[in-house]
Order: sequence, then structure tokens, then C-alpha cells
Amino acid sequence: MTSAELEFRAAIREAIIEEMERDESVVFFGEDIAAEQGGVFAVTPRIQERFGSERVFDTPISELALSGAAFGAAVAGLRPIIEIMFGDFMGLAMDSLVNQSAKYWYVSGEQRSVPLVVRSAVGGGGRFGAIHSQTHASWFQGIPGLKIVFPSSPAEAKGLLKGAIRDDNPVIFLEHKRLYSVRGPAPAHPAPAAGEALPLGRARVARPGSDLTIASAGKSVADALEAAEELAGDGIEAEVIDLRTLRPLDLDTVLESVARTNRLLAVEEGPRTGGFGSGLLGQVAEHGLHDLDDAWLLATDELPIPYSPTLEDAFIPDARAIAAAVRERAGVMDERHA
Amino acid sequence: MTVDAAVSTEAPAAYLARYGEMLLIRRFETEMHRLFLKGEVHGTTHLSTGQEAVPVGVCSALEPGDYLAGTYRGHGHALAKGTDPEALIAEMLGRATGVCRGRAGSMNVIDVEHNLVGCFGIVGGSIAAATGAALAARRQGQVAVAMFGDGATNQGYFHECLNFAEVLALPVVFVCENNFYGEFTPMLKVTAGQDIAARAGAYGIPGHVVDGNDLWAVREAAVQAVGRARSGSGPTLLECQTYRHHGHSKADPARYRPPEEVERWLARDPLTIARTRLLELGVSEPAIAEVEEAARARMDRAVEAALAAPYPDPAAEHATEFAP
Repeated sequence: MTSAELEFRAAIREAIIEEMERDESVVFFGEDIAAEQGGVFAVTPRIQERFGSERVFDTPISELALSGAAFGAAVAGLRPIIEIMFGDFMGLAMDSLVNQSAKYWYVSGEQRSVPLVVRSAVGGGGRFGAIHSQTHASWFQGIPGLKIVFPSSPAEAKGLLKGAIRDDNPVIFLEHKRLYSVRGPAPAHPAPAAGEALPLGRARVARPGSDLTIASAGKSVADALEAAEELAGDGIEAEVIDLRTLRPLDLDTVLESVARTNRLLAVEEGPRTGGFGSGLLGQVAEHGLHDLDDAWLLATDELPIPYSPTLEDAFIPDARAIAAAVRERAGVMDERHA
Repeated sequence: MTVDAAVSTEAPAAYLARYGEMLLIRRFETEMHRLFLKGEVHGTTHLSTGQEAVPVGVCSALEPGDYLAGTYRGHGHALAKGTDPEALIAEMLGRATGVCRGRAGSMNVIDVEHNLVGCFGIVGGSIAAATGAALAARRQGQVAVAMFGDGATNQGYFHECLNFAEVLALPVVFVCENNFYGEFTPMLKVTAGQDIAARAGAYGIPGHVVDGNDLWAVREAAVQAVGRARSGSGPTLLECQTYRHHGHSKADPARYRPPEEVERWLARDPLTIARTRLLELGVSEPAIAEVEEAARARMDRAVEAALAAPYPDPAAEHATEFAP
């Protein structure tokens, strides 16, 4: 690792520390987050010793209280970051996020917004089974007033978490657990520059290409980039769009890309129904049908996530599955299977 | 001087003013009832007639900077915390001049200016909202209060937040308005142990049963609990026993309540109790009548103004999903 490299979990930690130094009203609490290890994924060690137990503290295993307290604290003037350990636990935390935090700005007649961030580890591939592997974005996809952020790399994670903490609205922040140990370039240039926050709601072109557009978020973006390199060997140039935020969705960046490539593949590590992938295809069809020659979705079966390694690996779309899906659609034979 | 002494030696005039606040709530609910039947209040509404002593007594112990989270039976919570009656009525009527510009309605009132965190349409939501507000209040030298009903004490919010608040020693007061019915179901039938205040003990929190129809009793308990919270000694649970004169909501005639039980509670109307006590303390009949007339006139003016206010114009709303 060069000195310019950053591990994903360190990026998260740095973003929290820098924003807590920048703004006294930022507080951070959750289950085991202040313990020596810094959470079950060792993301936030030694933050409490830096900022004290008034601003950083462990809570009981009480997701209702945790998310409800974050809401109340935000209304009363703090900017809480909370950790709901696994995204799957968000079922318990949902009421105050959906019925209170998300609606406050509008229902109050815009008296006050609710600036809070809910961080969670999400995603499969870790052999954690059906109830510690889900990506809960789709549970919140249809809730006006919530922002949903799903970073794809260490630099993106740092910039987007800083942006989420500075945002005046409630933000659901997803951290794919298979990304925690990934290292990548530290924020330098062009963006996000060191220490800078990325504003929410803007997608980015992660890789330019002319033959088709692959749009996704989180770890699937890294997979799509890998698949794009493989496809380049077949003469297929894929443009990869990192959506970054799933709500609000930056449709313009996708439409602009599709206007050039005329083909769209949405990739989602989650069920085909009701997720951002199907939503994106619908919106592109509505607004850009004239530019489309083809559009399809690569997602998971309508089943819970399996445990056994053979089953789980076959279940989740990885780089190989993305490349295969493109080849199949493009009528290109995968030579390795010829 | 002890807290008890401070409360009991207070001049009767202060209680006369609080009696006026209770009357204002009673008049407000009476008007809601009338306006609902006329079709001016839409959807549903939950009246707090008979429970007025609780919010008035509790809020009398608060500073303006303290936070209150109320319930969907929250008209009295908002009024006691300082919400303008006209803006509150206009909200009930769905008018543009409503405290939430007609977007909230009866169950979801929010009044940030008066630190009313909100009134919560889902049973128990207020408990977590106040617990969270207490995290901020602790820094600000303030206190947060959660109002909730007996039904909420069987929600996860109640148990998680009592535990959460005690382990963090938060400056929060949990005020249960026990009106003995969760919607149509008697509290005693669905509450294991049949003792709400006792539940506090399991969390190491003081829990007190309070006569919720006695303004003096509520205020005394609230002054102690709020003082305890403000001094950093942590949360208190007050179980204020009271009774709603109407059904759960406007669709409910409340036939499930035994007539003799209703009669018993109507005889303990908190307004009658307060009025009698004021006379005993030497407040004159004309002075009381003057406060009664003032409350009536104020509510009449507020209703008139709210009824004259425009509905929001959908074309002029320009609502944004997110705060900028």
C-alpha cells in the first residue's frame, strides 16, 4: 500500500472524525461503536477517546430507541450519526425514520429539517445468511424525505459520508461489508479532493464507454468496473455509472449516458422487484425511450439470501455475472465457455 | 425551601392562570367536537376533554426552552406548551394559516418555535422523540418531556427508552396519561402487572402515581421530576391517572365503558376540582368568572379567524422534498 492509499473502513472513520472536529453538534452513537474494537467491523476504534463520552457513546441493543433518539436529538439541534449494525436490523429502526424523520420537513410546514445519518453494514458474500446480508435500500426507496447513499470505493465513501453528515436531511448510509477491507486511492483529485464533502444527489461516470451503460451503486460498481475491463477484451466498451445516491436518483447523468450508448444495464444486489434497478429502468423508459435500443436488469432471484458458499456465490451478481449478462445480451460468446 | 413548600405556598393567582389554560383546552376541544360535526375538521380527531390538568400541570413546571413531545391526543399538549390557539385551530381545519400550514392535521402537530418536538400519530413515538431531544437538552441546560398514554407502555419504545434514558442519565420526564383505555380496550386487560408506575422500578427509575385530575398534584409531581432531570439525576416516570370524557376518536361512542365508571370520573372533572380549590383558597367568584369569560372569548376569536382563513392553494405550495 502506498501512503496515498486508503482503506474503506479508515475512510469512514476519517470522515466521522473530520466532521466531528468541524462541527460541535455532530454526535455519534450506536451498539459497540465506542468499544475498543470500534464496532463489529472495526470501523470506528478510538473515536470516543478523542471526543469524549458526551459526543460518542455505546447504547443498549435497542434499535427503536436508537433511531428514535437520533430523530429527537436532530430536531433539538444536534447532528447525530448512528450506527445500526447490520442493515437487516433496520426493520426495528424503521418507524421513527419513515414516520418521523422523513416527514418532518414537509409535515411541519418546513419549520425544521432532521439532519441525521444512519450508517449500516449491508450486502452479501460474507456467509452471514439471510438476515445479516440484505441491502435495505429498497425498503426505503419509496419514502419521500429520505436520502439513500451507497458508496463504491474508499474515496467515495469518505466524500459521501462527509456530505451526508453536512446534509440537513435524514440520510440512510450503506456500507457494503465486502468493501471494508478494500484499499483504493485516497481522496486527491479530481474529486473528491482531500477533506472535501461530496454533495448528495449526483452520480458520476466511473468509467467512460460508448457501447452500453452499466448503472449501479455500492460494491456492484466495483464489480461492474472489473466486468468492463473484461468486456473491453471482447471489444465492448462499457460506460459505468456510479449512482452514489439511490434517493434522490440522478436520472440526468444516466439519460445523458444512454443518449450516447443506447443500451442500459442496471445491476442491483437485491431482488428484481421494488429496487432502485427496476425503478431506474422505468424512469429511463419514461424519459429516454427514444434513446434506448435495449435495457435490462441484473438482480437477485426473489428469494432470501442463502448461506452455503456455493448457493450464495451463485445468488449474488459479481463481475463475472455482469460480464456474462452483457455478452449474452450482445450475442457474444464467452470463449471460456465455448 | 423544599420543592413541596415552593408549590404549596405559591400564590393562588398563579393557579387561577393555569385554570384559565385548562379552560382554554376544554373550550378548544368543545369547538373541535362542534366543528367536526359540521364537517370543518376532516378525517378524525382525538379529544382530550377531561385530561386538561395533566398537560397544564406538567408544562407549568417547564421553561420555554424545555422540549415537549406529545401524542395524537395532543391539542392540550400543544396549547399548554404555548402554541397559538388560532394557528392550532387553523391546522385542524386544514387552513394555510395553520401552525404546520395545513400539512399536519390533528394528529401530527409540530411547533418548533415553542419547542413542541411534535405530536406523534403512532403510539409510543413521543417517548423516543423526547429521549432524543434530551440528548440535546442536556447540553443546553434544558429538559425534555414525553407525554404518552397507557397503551404506549406496552410498546417497545417505552421499555427501550426508559432503559436508554436511565443508563445515559438523560434529563427527561416520562409522563403517562393513564386514561385507562387503549382505544377501546381496558388498560387492565392488556397490561401485565396492572401497574404502570411500578414498571419504572425495573429500570432503576423513580415512578409515581399521580392524581391526573388534580392540577396541584400534577404540578407538584412535575416540578420535582423536572427539577431532578435538570439537576442531572436522570429520568422520572409519572403515571397521571385521568379519564377522557369522549371516546377514543370521533368515530367512537365509547359504549364499552360502564356507565357508573363514566359517572364516577365525570364527578371528578379536573375543571370542577380546580374551581372548587380556587374558591377554597380565597379566589373570588368574579375573578374566576373573569378568567372563564376570557378563555371563552379568546377561543371564539380564534375559531372565527381560523374559519375565515384560506385553504392552502395546491398551485402555490411549491413544496420541496428536501431541506436545501
